[in-house]
Amino acid sequence: MTNVDIPNLTAFDEAALEQAFAALAKEASDDAAALTNPAAVEAFRLQWLGRKQGRLNEVSARWLKAAPSEAKKSLGQRFNALKKHVEELLEAGAGAGSTWSDSALAAEAIDITLPGTQRLLGAEHPITRTLNEITQVFAALGYSVGGGPEVETDYYNFECMNFPPGHPARDTQDTLVIANQERRPLRDRLLLRTHTSPVQMRTMESQPPPVRIIIPGKVHRNDAQDATHSPIFHQVEGLCVDTNITFSDLKGTLDHAMKALFGSSVKTRFFPSFFPFTEPSADVQISCIFCGGKGCRKCKQSGWIELLGCGMVDPAVFAFAAQKQPAYDPRKISGFAFGMGVERIAMMKYGISEIGQFYAGDMRFLGQFA
Amino acid sequence: MKILTKWIRSYLPDLPVSDTQLAEDLTLRGIAVEGIDDLGVGNGSLFEMDITTNRVDAMNHYGIAREAATIYGLQLKPLEFAWPEAVASTIPFSVGIEAEDACGRFTARVLRNVAMGESRDWFPGAEVSTYFNLLEQKKISNAVDATNFAWLAMGQPTHVFDLDKIEGGIVVRRARKGEKLKTLDGIERTLDPEDLVVADHVKPLGLAGVMGGWETMITPATTNVLVEAAWFEPMAVRRTARRHGLHTDASHRFERGADFNAGPVASDLVSSILLANGGSIAGDLVDVRVADWESRTIHRKPITLALSEVHRILGATIDKEGITAGAVEGVLTPLGCELTNDSSRASAWQVTLPSWRLDLEREIDLIEEVARVYGYNRFANTLPAFAGGVAALPWAESESAMRRVLLSAGFNEAISGTFCSAAEAALTAPLPAQVVALGNPLSEEAGVLRPSLVPGMLGMVAGNLHRDVSDVRLFELGTVFSGTTEKVDERLSLAFGAGGNVAEHSPLYPARSLEFHDIKGVVEQVLARFQTRSIYFDRFPPEVGIIPMWLHPYRAARVVADGLTVGWFGQLHPAEAANRKLKDPVSIGEIYIDRLFKLGRRKPAAREISRFQPVRRDFSLVVNQDTAWQTIDLALEDLKIPELVDWRVREVFRDKNLHQSRLDKSTSSSEYFLLLGVTFQAPDRTLREEELQVFQARVIDAIGKAGGRLRA
Repeated sequence: MTNVDIPNLTAFDEAALEQAFAALAKEASDDAAALTNPAAVEAFRLQWLGRKQGRLNEVSARWLKAAPSEAKKSLGQRFNALKKHVEELLEAGAGAGSTWSDSALAAEAIDITLPGTQRLLGAEHPITRTLNEITQVFAALGYSVGGGPEVETDYYNFECMNFPPGHPARDTQDTLVIANQERRPLRDRLLLRTHTSPVQMRTMESQPPPVRIIIPGKVHRNDAQDATHSPIFHQVEGLCVDTNITFSDLKGTLDHAMKALFGSSVKTRFFPSFFPFTEPSADVQISCIFCGGKGCRKCKQSGWIELLGCGMVDPAVFAFAAQKQPAYDPRKISGFAFGMGVERIAMMKYGISEIGQFYAGDMRFLGQFA
Repeated sequence: MKILTKWIRSYLPDLPVSDTQLAEDLTLRGIAVEGIDDLGVGNGSLFEMDITTNRVDAMNHYGIAREAATIYGLQLKPLEFAWPEAVASTIPFSVGIEAEDACGRFTARVLRNVAMGESRDWFPGAEVSTYFNLLEQKKISNAVDATNFAWLAMGQPTHVFDLDKIEGGIVVRRARKGEKLKTLDGIERTLDPEDLVVADHVKPLGLAGVMGGWETMITPATTNVLVEAAWFEPMAVRRTARRHGLHTDASHRFERGADFNAGPVASDLVSSILLANGGSIAGDLVDVRVADWESRTIHRKPITLALSEVHRILGATIDKEGITAGAVEGVLTPLGCELTNDSSRASAWQVTLPSWRLDLEREIDLIEEVARVYGYNRFANTLPAFAGGVAALPWAESESAMRRVLLSAGFNEAISGTFCSAAEAALTAPLPAQVVALGNPLSEEAGVLRPSLVPGMLGMVAGNLHRDVSDVRLFELGTVFSGTTEKVDERLSLAFGAGGNVAEHSPLYPARSLEFHDIKGVVEQVLARFQTRSIYFDRFPPEVGIIPMWLHPYRAARVVADGLTVGWFGQLHPAEAANRKLKDPVSIGEIYIDRLFKLGRRKPAAREISRFQPVRRDFSLVVNQDTAWQTIDLALEDLKIPELVDWRVREVFRDKNLHQSRLDKSTSSSEYFLLLGVTFQAPDRTLREEELQVFQARVIDAIGKAGGRLRA
């Protein structure tokens, strides 16, 4: 489409007017003939009839105003004729251009197979993700979420969890200790908690029964790093205390939770175990989630995978709690506790072979969990 | 620990199950068999056991046979040996227990004219050669092998002395200051006055319950032997072993509680084996006991066990019958308990405890035994009823809102180590004097508790860049520590680090390097989740006292919300980057989320959206180089024109070349260009041109005062 300014008219005789208006009419007709789509039609309308910079406005502004009074009548008639002509062209063109011609659209083709522009989303850490899954399962069973300090006293980490001073069970938990504690009374000595169990006591000290709490947290041990050990790892601790909480309730709760976490076809079985703070104590295995229990490399052909430790809260632990909350009378209430290693579960769920990958911050590893 | 099923079966000739079944049945009752090795026809299997620390009584063949007898309801064969006549001794051997707090029983048996030699299968019940071969246990001599055999058979440590090297008799006492003892491992040890020793009337002979002495050990020339079988108090043995860095079979057992009554039996077993190679018994067994320890081990008071308590703790069984009185008796009796009906209560017992089960002390211990042997998997799965509320952590919502911002900005969550080096801590600690050190760190690089998430974050960012991962965007939410070795404070913090391009992949648009303002945008969006009255960014004014030396001094900012420092961020100082061999700029920051969380989360509220058309105006401005945007921003805010509903920088041109090419030639190089977009809108009317003119004039005036002017 041409977009030449309307020139000023130098002569206003009939011949000159005739020629000038005929030229414009032809120009409009030519423009209109080229209209193929609605966008072009709209552009034509603006070009000719636009209120601000339309060509007819220009004609009116430049020619009508400049014309001597004797020529104004003729010019006016010609102008109206031209306007009518353009309007007719527009009407006709609007029809012609109302359907988008395929060839015109084809000219606007893009490669739709190019990948889309992506705003990349970050990924939640697989440990966080696993922790959240576990807490959600227990939240649905009425468990609140709790937390506690990572630097603990010997009392909370060991003594009140029924690891008496000098007890051999302390040997199983290589403990990282804070410097310069030797002169302090044993119970006040600071260390990095070796398990989330101290939060059991902190919870009971702060509220009377009933208690249903789940405690996700980070723990530390003086363990050298290898494929399955790390000085840092995470646990989820659970505690349920009320009147008439039984071992079969513990079994049912964990069976339910494992099915919620790993699928309804998962089976559980319980083995006697030993933890100072629970009695009876149990280790829980689930049927192998990889082979369904038939036996495979992942479950060392046993069909079972060991997943967590649990047990009925030892009366000695309740006795410690009762020092601050007398309602924890082991003759009146009972409860169970359980704890699971989050790394182990995450490694199993996501097929991770090295525990160290969790703490290396490698974008290529983390990005897989988006 | 390795166990032979052949040996087990010698105590249970009628064991009706296969080795595999035995392994499974034991495992389900907490006597875990971790591996089974078939040893060939007639040899049975080798079990690799994993037995929990509380069950030392089951860490031997007889103990496991007792478990099997209980499971299958079999009679366990008593330990009996061929026993020659004793030759009367005129002078009884002298044994004295001086340290009565640490030694409960000491038995001594004198054997004369025994012949040292190689072990063989001596008599039924002492198949030393066969069993040791199957266990791949090294044979040393008949005397040493005899003690090992007794250990493997019944878990009772014994010791044999060359009697002729003992001067006088035996005294169990504490070591004297400065006393020396060469132990069987050949190490010369200086004893601590707290060490418990077995001594003769002149010198210490061995560390009691831990390791014998070199001086009195059996040699091929030995003819007269003293057999020791004793009971030592757990803590005394543990402390002695610990002090000398020793952990032996004997100390393992004594630390966890040995069987007070096993000494004489083990002594008999060792003696019988030695005597099978010739020699004679001299006199009776010398058996010295401390009454107080007898009452605390073999004469313990019976425990009351009520069936109702069994039910209260254990709950429902699958067979609906529940645990019956018969089931309780059927478990506890074969384990060695004696049950008598409690005269004062129905369905309750007085339970006398076996000497080998010092782990049984309370009613709950017996309930556990009932559950264990009955079979955990025969209990029903029930769900307890619950009527109560469920509470999340108080900061859960805030944390999750913050996570959403970071995740949607393309940052991956990372978790780094809790420890860092003292040098890193000194560099990054908000309070450098309050770094907490570990007493037994894994390494020097992990010697202190991290005072900041920065060292870990820098390590992870650098790790990625060094692995040729060019685009890095990480955040970590974790605990940081400060305080003293008396009191350690923990708080939650957030760190983020980034390098490379912004989080967008497009085949159509060029990638763009991430820079300061990308990070600032993330920070602003995080802050926007919280209820703040005012937020600003500054360049660490000196009075604040924090000047992070690891940041680029002119490309870093402190974040202040409601007057409180809530974080900082910026470009890593080029020197720090060079230290870490990082070529491209890296951004890093930390947000003190404990402070942010205290502000509370922003509560969205809806505002009426005006029906009247907004009017947008752009102003192309020339601004003094030292006039920051913030000055203009505040100047416009100060106008307090209600109809001025929005203003923002649309573009900034600082490129010096632009002065010559595109822009106004009348400006100097100490000025820059800024395109300001403003929007006027009224809630109740269409704005008239005259009003707009007034507003615009005021805007231009304000800009002028702030150090800018309209472009000509």
